[in-house]
Amino acid sequence: MLKILKYSFYDLMRSRWSYVYFMFYLLLGFVLLFLNNDVDKAVITLMNIIIVLTPLIGTIFGVMYYYNSKEFTELLLAQPINRNKIFMGQYLGISISLTLSLVLGLGIPFVLYGIFKSAAIFNFSLLLVVGAFLNFIFVALSYNIALSTENKIKGFGYAILMWLFLAVIYDGIFLISLVVFNSYPLDKFSLIATMFNPIDLSRILILLKLDISALLGYTGAVFRKFFGTNFGMLISMGVLVLWVVLPVLRMNLKLRKKDF
Amino acid sequence: MKYKIGLFFFFIAVAVSAKQIVVCESCSVKTIKEAIKMAQDGDEILIKKGVYKEQDIVIDKPISLIGEKGAVIDGNNVGGILIFQTNNFKIKGLKIVNVGLSYTIEYAAIKVIKANDFIIEDCILENVFFGILIEKSKRGIIRNNKISSNRKNEAGSGNGIHIWSGEKIEVYKNEMFGLRDGIYFEFVKNSTAHNNSSHNNIRYGLHFMFSNNNVYHHNDFRNNGAGVAVMFSKFIVMHHNKFRLNWGSASYGLLLKEIYDAEIYDNLFEQNTIGINAEGSTRINYKNNTFLRNGWAVKISGACYTNTFTKNDFMNNSLDLAYNSNINDNKFDNNYWSEYTGYDLDKNGIGDVPYRPVKLFSYIVNKTPEALILLRSLFVDIINFSEKVSPVFTPNDLLDNKPLMKRIND
Repeated sequence: MLKILKYSFYDLMRSRWSYVYFMFYLLLGFVLLFLNNDVDKAVITLMNIIIVLTPLIGTIFGVMYYYNSKEFTELLLAQPINRNKIFMGQYLGISISLTLSLVLGLGIPFVLYGIFKSAAIFNFSLLLVVGAFLNFIFVALSYNIALSTENKIKGFGYAILMWLFLAVIYDGIFLISLVVFNSYPLDKFSLIATMFNPIDLSRILILLKLDISALLGYTGAVFRKFFGTNFGMLISMGVLVLWVVLPVLRMNLKLRKKDF
Repeated sequence: MKYKIGLFFFFIAVAVSAKQIVVCESCSVKTIKEAIKMAQDGDEILIKKGVYKEQDIVIDKPISLIGEKGAVIDGNNVGGILIFQTNNFKIKGLKIVNVGLSYTIEYAAIKVIKANDFIIEDCILENVFFGILIEKSKRGIIRNNKISSNRKNEAGSGNGIHIWSGEKIEVYKNEMFGLRDGIYFEFVKNSTAHNNSSHNNIRYGLHFMFSNNNVYHHNDFRNNGAGVAVMFSKFIVMHHNKFRLNWGSASYGLLLKEIYDAEIYDNLFEQNTIGINAEGSTRINYKNNTFLRNGWAVKISGACYTNTFTKNDFMNNSLDLAYNSNINDNKFDNNYWSEYTGYDLDKNGIGDVPYRPVKLFSYIVNKTPEALILLRSLFVDIINFSEKVSPVFTPNDLLDNKPLMKRIND
């Protein structure tokens, strides 16, 4: 598995898109810091971007890589190597290279602008951790979709739809249900509903450290009790881990039965 | 003129004839109560260094009470300590500690009843129930005092400077913390509070009730349980105050309830859950205030008419303005909004496109508070944008026609 991981990783590292992605974050970090020079505020803007963009890039990269390297994968499958190892190697290769682009791309400008001296260091590292999680989650989800769909175009379509659903439509349904069931106690419902969407969950995790915590307190004690404590933080992180583990498990199950 | 000269000589005569009574452990007068019994009108009582364990000291003569450095009156947590029932008195430099707690009687370190023309200065009041409690008095000065307590809940704590029914009282350069309300004005007229610092109090930093024609300025209110509340008052002027870090489930920088004809200018609202919460407040001019990184900068809750907001800075607030109805009678003009995305083609410093401060999301949050959990979601940005293009739910005429392009107070 390590060999395949290494191969996929180097392959991606050599590819143009990794550099473009890396340069994009690098530029973004520098421009943001150049424009307002306040690390705290830059973290908020960055969150908006990471929450939307990281899942999208993860999804597209995952699907693209699967379909592009399909022939090579088939060649590998002919060798006496465990199937799971091949795909896990590829999966980890993509996720790690994407995460590296993110962490280095944003890390370099922020380190140069003195993140270590700023109080925002914790928020910033949380942002990177959440970004990394989102990478792992969405690459896994897109790999699932790609494995289940033979048709390239269909696969792309489903993957983009999944991203659209989790990033936009889910929140829409969520909001509508909140408004419709206004007269019922909604605290627990919204708490659970956020757990079912990794994008929402990561957004709230970051916002809790930034501006939402006091605003939420206004709403109801349940939120604050849950998200305001280390326990809530731990649970949310646990759910994010679950969001990585479950799609990976499903991937392995699917692999076992799949005809190539 | 003759009368004035006469008065002048009278005062000189009083000053000359006034004698000083010294209180200390080794003096002939050992307790403050004794000294007060001996004193005559206009005398000065000098309290030397030492701890005096006395309570319920009633002062009914116009005298001065001066404390040397290190003079402490300890109330032993039993009851009230000094009670002034006289005009023309002065108290200076005393340290008063340990006032008793009661749920029925308002025990205070310094209680003033029906007194005119008094000065309370340079006193340190620690572990008090009520600090300075003034009832039915006029023309007083309260300055340079430091009042603190360490009570835990609202019911078991008192206020720092509480004025009930007063006129022309000046409160300045005091520091209050750990109390229920830092300063409480109740039925007070024509008074000012300035340069005070009121922080870490359980309830309000400053509390106004039924107090008309007052001014407060250059005060610093931070980290109070519920910020500052100004209620049921008319003709109040508030300027150059700082409302900071009132961050919590029911915290306001400034809570306005039933306020008429007030002027609010040059204030700073920084990192409060709600910068200004206005309810039933009419004819108020908000000018040149800075709202920096609040949850809600301004929340207007109904029955607020003909208020004007001009030249204010709205910087990086989670939500600039919340409105719970779609009728608007308030004016927003020439403000700077950090979220403004319009352009200025003629370069006159005023945006060419009007700004809509109420977003659809803040309208939804008002109706369904739980929806706040979707703050900064992509979906919310999309619906905000579509509402901005064609307003349906938010008041159609609520817009800043001349939004500024640059910050006013940078």
